[in-house]
Amino acid sequence: MIKTDALIIGAGPTGLFTAHQLKLIGLNCEVVDNLDKIGGQCIELYPDKPIYDIPAVPECTGEELTNNLINQLKPFDIKFHLSERVEEVKKNNENWQVKTNKGTEFSTPNIIIAGGVGSFEPRKFSPKDCEKFENKSIFYSIKDKSVFKGKTVSIFGGGDSALDWAIELSKDSKVNLIHRRDEFRGAQATVDKMNDLAKNEKINLFTKYQLKKANGQDNLESIDIEHDNKDVKNLKTDYVLGFFGLIMQLGPIANWGLNIDKKTINVDTEKFETNQKGIYAVGDICTYPGKLKLILSGFHEGALAARACFKLARPNEKYRFEFTTTSTSLLKRLGKKE
Amino acid sequence: MPKITYIEHNGKIHSIEVANGLTVMEGAVQNNIPGIDADCGGSMACATCHVYVKEEWFNKLPKKEDGEEDMLDMAFEPKKNSRLSCQLMVSDQLDGLVVNLPEKQV
Repeated sequence: MIKTDALIIGAGPTGLFTAHQLKLIGLNCEVVDNLDKIGGQCIELYPDKPIYDIPAVPECTGEELTNNLINQLKPFDIKFHLSERVEEVKKNNENWQVKTNKGTEFSTPNIIIAGGVGSFEPRKFSPKDCEKFENKSIFYSIKDKSVFKGKTVSIFGGGDSALDWAIELSKDSKVNLIHRRDEFRGAQATVDKMNDLAKNEKINLFTKYQLKKANGQDNLESIDIEHDNKDVKNLKTDYVLGFFGLIMQLGPIANWGLNIDKKTINVDTEKFETNQKGIYAVGDICTYPGKLKLILSGFHEGALAARACFKLARPNEKYRFEFTTTSTSLLKRLGKKE
Repeated sequence: MPKITYIEHNGKIHSIEVANGLTVMEGAVQNNIPGIDADCGGSMACATCHVYVKEEWFNKLPKKEDGEEDMLDMAFEPKKNSRLSCQLMVSDQLDGLVVNLPEKQV
């Protein structure tokens, strides 16, 4: 059981700056994020897209913004729990007991939800009959490629993940690559390599096809794929892989007794506290009259929520407002003064 | 103001007036029309404002810019007449546009 003054859910820009604010005022914190890397939507959805409305930063990409925020956290020691999703939140006396899907447990008076639009999950196949084969013969990520050796694998998608795995698995498996259009959005060199393999019949390429049906009782036997012109083909296959990118799902947050309205959480604008004492929501996931879904709003919300955390984490102390330009204690925390 | 018609997957029809300069996505979100999520807020970084455009309208729309087709790869059940509604700017030329919403966005 990890004890901390505050637990931040979400390592996007808002979560990162909130961590900065907590550490600056002398509280400790830990951060949990379902992605395997820091940065949230900035790094997952638009790492290369320039952003023009961060105050005092005329232009930066999602990746640059993330790196700057990580640099800003350098003076502090913050533990990140990546590839973990918070599943359970329960009240135990004065503290919240939090459990992740990997079994990590926290006890904290303060939870700050900086969850954006929820956690990133793989986009799944739409035909209903795919569900029963999921994690048996239909996968959305690969943990152990050796299971595919000597088998027929049908891969869906047009991006780098689909292409890379089609190329890799074509060495030891029979590979069908299926994509909804002629163009692939993967790197050109990868697309060229895949086309070579298709020409040499190492990969069976089906374009303008999508999955229509998965067939089989207990085990997957074959799939039906449908062309844009409605022509249906049946492919015998042992495994199916889908690489359609990630989508955002609110997930377990919906079960924590919070006041949720259309995927966003209602908060006050003094502490950014939810209807549950000690649970705050900041950034894109919170809502209040006049809310703007901008990164700059998340920074403001995080700064105020951090001050609110102080009261519950240090009930016998009084929070004193200070400037980083002049305060010795802040400068010490920032490592700028002995 | 141009009239835009949104047809939910269950057949429910919403015809509303949307001001020029807003996107078809914004028209839906501001009028609480269910079925368009727009998780990324219109930055063409997700595919949750996905709509199907009736054939007679599809060819009249401004062509897809770079990246829209890539995002549509990640949409729920994309078809030939799929568009991201955040990329459809409302103008007098779009008066009468009809879009069908997919069964779900995520």
